[in-house]
Amino acid sequence: MNRIRSAALAALMALAALTGAPALAQTTIDEVLPDPAMEQRAIAIHKQLRCLVCQNQSIHESNATLAHDLRMLVRERLAVGDTDEQAIQYLVTRYGDWVLLKPPMKPETLALWLGPPIILIVGGVGAFVYFRRARRRAPEAPLSEAEQQRARRMLADPAD
Amino acid sequence: MEGQLTAELGHFALLLALMIAAVQAVVPLIGAQRDVAPWIAVARPAAFGQFLMVAVAFAALMRAFLISDFSVSAVYQSSHSQMFWLYKLTGTWGNHEGSLLLWILILSGFGAAVAAFGTNLPPALQARVLAVQAMIGVGFLSFIVFTSNPLARVIPVPPEGLGLNPLLQDPGLAFHPPFLYLGYVGFSMAFSFAVAALIEGRVDPAWARWVRPWTLAAWCFLTIGITGGSWWSYYELGWGGFWFWDPVENASFMPWLAGTALLHSAIVVERRDTLKSWTVLLAILTFSLSLLGTFIVRSGVLTSVHAFATDPARGMFILGFLIVVIGGSLTLYALRAPALKSGGLFAPISREGALVLNNLLLATACASVLLGTLYPLLLDALTGDKVTVGPPFFDATFGPLMVPLLAAVTVGPMLPWKRADLMGAAQRLRFVFIAAVLVGFVTWIFTTGMSWPAAVGIVLSVWLVVGSLVPLAERVKLFSVPFTESLQRAAGMPRSVWGMVMAHAGLGFVLLGITVLLTWQTELGTVLKPGQSASLNGYTFTFEGAGNVRGPNYTAVRGVFSVTRDGRPVTTLAPETRSYVGSAMTTTEASIRPVWFGDLYAAIGESDGAGGFAARFYFKPFVQWIWLGAMVMVAGGFVSLSDRRHRVGAPARRGAPAGGKIRTEASAAE
Amino acid sequence: MRPAFLVPLIIFGLVAVALGIGLGLRPAEIPSALIGQPVPTFALPGVPSTAPGLSSADLKGQVSIVNVFASWCIPCREEHPLWMDVAKSGSVVLYGLNYKDTPENAAQWLQTYGNPFKRVGGDFGGRVGIDFGVYGVPETFVIDGNGVIRMKHIGPIDRAALDNEILPKVRELQAAAQAAAKAQ
Repeated sequence: MNRIRSAALAALMALAALTGAPALAQTTIDEVLPDPAMEQRAIAIHKQLRCLVCQNQSIHESNATLAHDLRMLVRERLAVGDTDEQAIQYLVTRYGDWVLLKPPMKPETLALWLGPPIILIVGGVGAFVYFRRARRRAPEAPLSEAEQQRARRMLADPAD
Repeated sequence: MEGQLTAELGHFALLLALMIAAVQAVVPLIGAQRDVAPWIAVARPAAFGQFLMVAVAFAALMRAFLISDFSVSAVYQSSHSQMFWLYKLTGTWGNHEGSLLLWILILSGFGAAVAAFGTNLPPALQARVLAVQAMIGVGFLSFIVFTSNPLARVIPVPPEGLGLNPLLQDPGLAFHPPFLYLGYVGFSMAFSFAVAALIEGRVDPAWARWVRPWTLAAWCFLTIGITGGSWWSYYELGWGGFWFWDPVENASFMPWLAGTALLHSAIVVERRDTLKSWTVLLAILTFSLSLLGTFIVRSGVLTSVHAFATDPARGMFILGFLIVVIGGSLTLYALRAPALKSGGLFAPISREGALVLNNLLLATACASVLLGTLYPLLLDALTGDKVTVGPPFFDATFGPLMVPLLAAVTVGPMLPWKRADLMGAAQRLRFVFIAAVLVGFVTWIFTTGMSWPAAVGIVLSVWLVVGSLVPLAERVKLFSVPFTESLQRAAGMPRSVWGMVMAHAGLGFVLLGITVLLTWQTELGTVLKPGQSASLNGYTFTFEGAGNVRGPNYTAVRGVFSVTRDGRPVTTLAPETRSYVGSAMTTTEASIRPVWFGDLYAAIGESDGAGGFAARFYFKPFVQWIWLGAMVMVAGGFVSLSDRRHRVGAPARRGAPAGGKIRTEASAAE
Repeated sequence: MRPAFLVPLIIFGLVAVALGIGLGLRPAEIPSALIGQPVPTFALPGVPSTAPGLSSADLKGQVSIVNVFASWCIPCREEHPLWMDVAKSGSVVLYGLNYKDTPENAAQWLQTYGNPFKRVGGDFGGRVGIDFGVYGVPETFVIDGNGVIRMKHIGPIDRAALDNEILPKVRELQAAAQAAAKAQ
């Protein structure tokens, strides 16, 4: 139940009375570009753009009508000579950064992009401090006889 | 009339379960604190009673679904008398209320299992564990009794139900939730043990040994649940994707990552009596992430697509519950964890050190997924700005964290406890390294379009699969003693070692599947008229025509494509799009056939009105390896679970070691 | 108590606060990137025998509201009586953008439910809708006298949204335009 994401979303959303879309939810017919290389570029761009009515899908993998229109729009932009960046920018000026599945680096997303490395560094420092403290508690000395016995006991029966 | 009586009986049982849970949450806890034996003794019968009552309520709901008793609101909302009986049955948890009841059934079931099999636990610890378990139960039971009663009635009784979401009328999705919940809820055991241990102020190897089997079982179920969901989206959504980094997917993936870390750190507690406060924290966090997932799915705070109608009142209740459970346990942690004494020391380069690295990377990966999932919400809540965090973010952060982790998976088990020699391990693994690089090189020569990440993926997966076999080979002294002796040694090896080897090798299969798929999958979207054909990857798909077919509660357009390769017939594919009676939705039924090295995948779409149909074809190389690999991991988990030392209910203390040598080796293996 | 052990609790506290705020938010609503931008340039045909066409030039000169609707859109039917009320009151000029529809269906729809719009742009291909950043229907734009988009409402309007958000914005813009005219 948890993972229902689908083309059928357009219909769902209409039911939710939030937004309407024609109740079409199947693989739609795309007129592909005659130049295969350009079509590949178009598909690559489609995969970076978020389908607005279906929230977390790219327009490449959405059956929503709007996604189809946006796919065709990207093809048109490429056909009239836009670069990939220009074609993407064309949609960004209309729908905002929100259409980009990959959030651009900007002040609002700094914490997002820097988060994972910072977490890793903090965790790494934590582990380093842990080892340092542990070493200070047991300065380089080999195991004492009692410790060795205890270790052996534990290895033989960890419940001890 | 009879049906209505059953529903009322279920309702009554639910209220009774709530009362029993309330008693179970308080009395044994006080009893354990003041050492009053009769109060402690309340815990077990209460756990059984609570489970029994919830089971009665669940059975009543299930019966209402089976006989299509539309006087029960949940049945009216999400069932239909014409539906196939299996989907009537699984419709029990195909809605918010019923799925919560399933949650509670599993929760109380785990409680009853501790009461039944936890006979080796000290009575006070068992009482506390059951009390904590019951506290969670009280929260969820009051949630459904007061805000989402599954057995609420509709008067007058409607003649027909509204029907189940067509997407749920699928075997894959019908059985996906029970496994997912067995995983989510299973982690409540680790949580309850952690909280009980904090109350007692004692965490020791025996504690870790009691916690591990429960965690391992939950992990296995969650892995099955996630894999099943992934497989479902592959064949049902018509795009051949297996993972979308959707918030709801992430909600199940985060507890999995934390739970995987917990499984490994609990080994350190069991073996070396150290890393205690960290392990307790992980146990709390793993279950907290499961609860957070429940909140995300049911409150509507994040944009994701799911079947549950969202409702701010429910969101408020779950949030309050989260604050009590997570906030309470973390407060207890802040108060009591500093007193947990650390035991055995170890050098950074050691088995323990490797497990610390495992935990560091898994915890960072989990935190990154959490950050990416919640970031749109956090930013919106704090500044009002909206941002999309899509798959590229997760790929960019998750991938780099996995590379060192997967590389270390092979090395870790080669290191002895306490202090290890990295060069020695490298020496023992040098052939694996050479083999991995060689495979990567050969792949590069014989294929086109291999990128750097793909090269890393392939080398790593060989490193994982072959490398995890090395400890096995060493232990059975493969090639250095006669083969029959090796076999004997293999048979005598502890199952936990087998389990570990399988889980790690399975991970390698998953990685290989993902790498090959993402690097070499091909797709083609086109419009075909009958008789026309399209080519993809050397296969020719010829459109034979399309026709209407009728199912029990749907009509479908089915296209037939014959597939040939070099003029020889390969197979016939028949994808459908289904329109369900009484629903605006259509579902895609992709047609998938495994061929050499991959899947052929076809989906059919709309008609162009002139005899042509939109069609999509994919070649998905190695895609099945992803799910097969995950199942190997699960099998490893269950094999390990069947180990004598881990088996639920096995005595915590064994007699004098019998096969001392093997056991020492086994110890070194974990 | 050691402070390090408080860290998980503190982080959870922050997340809980954000989740609490998040419950009151509507994540499916995407803010328009065009607020403060001039309306896109377009010229669209009207709906036959019902309303004349609409072009970007029509959106200059006075404060106006552009409502994006379609005959296949069920929520549009829900909000339509409110637009009829606004039209009757004459407080602001209403334009329609008929999105991805057919001229016949649009005409029939407007004849059935009433036509509150002074002009209707028949955006049958949906391209002007995309230029406006439309991603669902209905959507409503408030446009000032200079033809600059000042506000966007997503989804069907209700009485509260109309009286508390949209009409106040209209009056504010109208007052500002008057003040500007006087100053000259």
